[in-house]
Amino acid sequence: MTDLTAKTITELRSGLSAKEFSAEEVTKAYLQSAEDASELNAYVRLTPEHAVEQAKVSDRRIADGSARPLEGIPLGIKDLFCTKGIETNAASKILKDFRPVYESTVTSNLLRDGAVFLGKLNLDEFAMGSSNETSAYGPVINPWRRAGEDTKLSPGGSSGGSSTAVAAHLCAAATATDTGGSIRQPAALTATVGIKPTYGRCSRWGIVAFASSLDQAGPIARDVRDSAIMLTSMAGHDPEDSTSIERPVPDYEKALEGGVKGMKIGIPKEYRLDGMPSEIDELWQKGAKLLEEQGAEIVEVSLPLTKYALPVYYIVAPAEASSNLARYDGVKYGLRVHDDDIHEMYRKTRAEGFGREVQRRLMIGTYVLSAGYYDAYYLRAQKVRKKIANEMASVFQDVDLLLTPSSPSAAFGLGEKSTDPVEMYLNDVFTVTANLAGTPGISLPAGLDGQGLPLGLQLLAPAFGEEQMLRGAYALEEAIGFDAQPSKWWK
Amino acid sequence: MAETRNLLRGETGDWEVVIGMEVHAQVTSNSKLFSGAPATYGAGPNENVSLVDAAMPGMLPVINAYCVEQAVRTGLGLNAKINLWSRFDRKNYFYPDLPQGYQISQYEFPIVGEGTIEVELDAERTIEVGIERLHLEQDAGKSIHDLAPRESYVDLNRSGVALMEIVSKPHMRSAEEASAYFSKLRTILRYLGTCDGNMDQGSMRADVNVSVCRAGNYAKFLESGDFSHLGTRTETKNVNSIRFVRQVVDYEARRQIQVLEAGGSIDQETRLFDVKSGETRTMRSKEDAHDYRYFPDPDLLPLTITQEAVDNIRAELPELPDAKKHRFVGVYGLSAYDASVLVMDKDKADYFERVAGGRDGKLASSWVTTELFGLLNKTNTNILESPVTADQLGALIDLIQDQTISGKIAKQVFELMLTEDAGKDPKDIVEARGLKQVTDTGALEAAADKIIAENPEQVAKVKDKPKALGWFVGQVMKETGGKANPQAVNAILKQKLGLE
Amino acid sequence: MSLDDATVKKVANLARIAIRDEDVPHLKEELNGILGWIEQLQEVDIEGVEAMTSVVETDIPMRTDITADGPTGGGQPENIVANAPKTEDHFFVVPKVVE
Repeated sequence: MTDLTAKTITELRSGLSAKEFSAEEVTKAYLQSAEDASELNAYVRLTPEHAVEQAKVSDRRIADGSARPLEGIPLGIKDLFCTKGIETNAASKILKDFRPVYESTVTSNLLRDGAVFLGKLNLDEFAMGSSNETSAYGPVINPWRRAGEDTKLSPGGSSGGSSTAVAAHLCAAATATDTGGSIRQPAALTATVGIKPTYGRCSRWGIVAFASSLDQAGPIARDVRDSAIMLTSMAGHDPEDSTSIERPVPDYEKALEGGVKGMKIGIPKEYRLDGMPSEIDELWQKGAKLLEEQGAEIVEVSLPLTKYALPVYYIVAPAEASSNLARYDGVKYGLRVHDDDIHEMYRKTRAEGFGREVQRRLMIGTYVLSAGYYDAYYLRAQKVRKKIANEMASVFQDVDLLLTPSSPSAAFGLGEKSTDPVEMYLNDVFTVTANLAGTPGISLPAGLDGQGLPLGLQLLAPAFGEEQMLRGAYALEEAIGFDAQPSKWWK
Repeated sequence: MAETRNLLRGETGDWEVVIGMEVHAQVTSNSKLFSGAPATYGAGPNENVSLVDAAMPGMLPVINAYCVEQAVRTGLGLNAKINLWSRFDRKNYFYPDLPQGYQISQYEFPIVGEGTIEVELDAERTIEVGIERLHLEQDAGKSIHDLAPRESYVDLNRSGVALMEIVSKPHMRSAEEASAYFSKLRTILRYLGTCDGNMDQGSMRADVNVSVCRAGNYAKFLESGDFSHLGTRTETKNVNSIRFVRQVVDYEARRQIQVLEAGGSIDQETRLFDVKSGETRTMRSKEDAHDYRYFPDPDLLPLTITQEAVDNIRAELPELPDAKKHRFVGVYGLSAYDASVLVMDKDKADYFERVAGGRDGKLASSWVTTELFGLLNKTNTNILESPVTADQLGALIDLIQDQTISGKIAKQVFELMLTEDAGKDPKDIVEARGLKQVTDTGALEAAADKIIAENPEQVAKVKDKPKALGWFVGQVMKETGGKANPQAVNAILKQKLGLE
Repeated sequence: MSLDDATVKKVANLARIAIRDEDVPHLKEELNGILGWIEQLQEVDIEGVEAMTSVVETDIPMRTDITADGPTGGGQPENIVANAPKTEDHFFVVPKVVE
């Protein structure tokens, strides 16, 4: 039998409807491959019984002709999405044994469309990290290795479980979230496609909050088409999320065709960083050239505030997080470390329950909001953020899309960057602006570096410009023709 | 002079007390401020709690449109500026009855700005109290401390219920003024239907800010707006009755003067009121209370409302107590004070209007405030459960006005309406019991003649002392069993005794 | 602006995170590293710029004042306390709170 886990959503969809294989077979194949890949640590929990049950329902619906858009497609769910009756821990000890009695809107949308959930995927604790090393479940291992080495590499973060599971074929596609780059950077490091939609496009309801004004759910998938299919199901207005936008969801798959002829694509010169590997620069230029060959007009643009985006992010995100994570206090759910004094109970519980990176960010966030510092840090950051958003909006007056690298380096070894927090934060240098401005971005595989590790390119679009972004990404994907796969060393 | 009123005498000189109040009023609504859980009182533990109110991970707030409307309505009722753009902020602190670890409130940009209300103290004195602002916020849950020796039990039923925090300016200058303000505010909210004012259910509670300063310093503060002229204030939390407000102010003013005169200083602190002892004490649990790390709530958008929506609410506003008071004075000829007593409670004002309609307003007011309220107070009965309906009382007053009975007999009839003749029409009672006033001049003249003839000494006396006429009137009334019309008797006697 | 030991302890307490005295020096160093890096924002001219308050530029959505069923409604005390470390009769139970 052919390897069912090698198929894209598109291929599964046609195979299922042609009854070449059953949803149950596909699901079981994925469950098997996920079990075999435990070394990668992508899943924190598989839910085989649930999955098979759902697959059986899918098979019945396919049989009686009432198949839904994602009928029988096995997905992995980042463990930041609350799933009804299934433990959800956000990779944190503080949410020990937490079993939500509710389903997040995004996963509800996927279930509505017939998807099968294989289990919950690993991530950085509360999505705070760029390497998946802050997870209470331990790091995820990138299926990609440097040529001739067996050094364990990071799959990026925070959606490292999602990127690895997709890259290693442990699910057909995965949900993920992106607060500063947590979809696009891991996608780049694993040769997968990741979309961070416009803020408000996907509901945040039922997703464990990190930084409310920046968090946005999106898919990680094998290719641009699959990511468009996923986004179509995930997106939509939710009256329970006040920041969700009431705007019809187009069929993003239909937006793919059409090419980039006549599009104007900007190359922001400030994204050319000192000390960036030359291979990244070369791939970037190659990408621009390919788009130009397809008929796009390539222009250099300037975004002078780019370098301030990360410092702004490291004020705003921790500030919001320090408040969002105040609810983990040992009273209503999760871990409690007992003490007779209530405040001592809080202190002990939170010291024991949160990992070091989370604690660090909570302290930064608490400090920048505290009396006497609010204006100098938080207020100033929100003003600079406004300027950055305005700058982005104004550049999109002139161009349809921006083309940039997705990350400043290929996958790095575990532990290589975790000693200096600021060095780790720089991973998000290309992605974070879109979060601050609330605009969409997509990362897609662009090629391999000299060590055989994947690198990604990012396309950025104005708010609600997902369709033109996908059109650009699809054209670029076709032109690049990336088809490398990691060797299955973990089996 | 207003600026130096209500001086308190100390050992070392005169002091003034200055009071400002933050009143938390529960918005009357079906559901909570940011969730669809019921806002009703008295449910079982955590019965009225949604996953949003319990701060489950990933839950998000969506604002209740009616609560916004109620806040606007209240702002209009306080003659205040409505801000078409306001914003929700998070106030961060840890407490077991605060499930989110923050309270969603409005810190920098409240929905309602400055306003002012009139507060009547008695027949002569009315003060104006400035409103600083009104904002919407979430209530917290409740910790119960007496169910287990070493543990507290937390019930989140109140968590997320909409509150209006109404902040006054420091315009009150005595315990009397503070309690009158609290009471007036309650009246206004009840008229508006924006808060039920049920203080025993916690629907209205006051944080009372008290400071003292040397006589004359308040005037300097008023002139300059500079708070440094005032003393350091303490804030006594959750005072939930008009009487307690008075006690808190009295106690705190006395305590602060004592501390200051002994050479001590007042800490700016949060205090609790002990109902049993009537004293206040330092609240221990607020250890880092002064760093709430406010910032705009990123889960919500700025609260925008249109002028048109405000105008629509304004057009539908009910008549408010001050307007009603002025109307009662104008239409029914009542004194301002009588009118203010009547409008204090909307149900009472409505009762009065029903009685007074088409009748003598003053007579109606006197019957309602003296006889009826006297009775209700004595029996601790709500006006809505009055044993005498407004229509019955009106019918009784009709009998006085058309001189069927005298006021004195009317009181007798009123008694009967409460007892043996409950539920009967006063007219029928008068008829059945033969209480009709004697207006037949023949009968009255005969009675007068009889009394005059039998009492020659009195007749002689009355020529010099016309005031002795009263004795004759009394005798004639006795003769007629109290049913004679006193005015008629008066006229007949005057004529017969040649006093005109 | 850089943190001293006392501020690190104060911030940890505000965030309700117990820290040991021996952790203060390296925490201080890390936090100061981050804050020093953030410091570059002081270069940006923010004169007359309005702070970003929301990414979404629409009117705030509002719910109607009706009691809801499901997650956003009441009547589910068993769900509310289902994950709690300690409960009694649908109450959350916590160490004694002193007011």
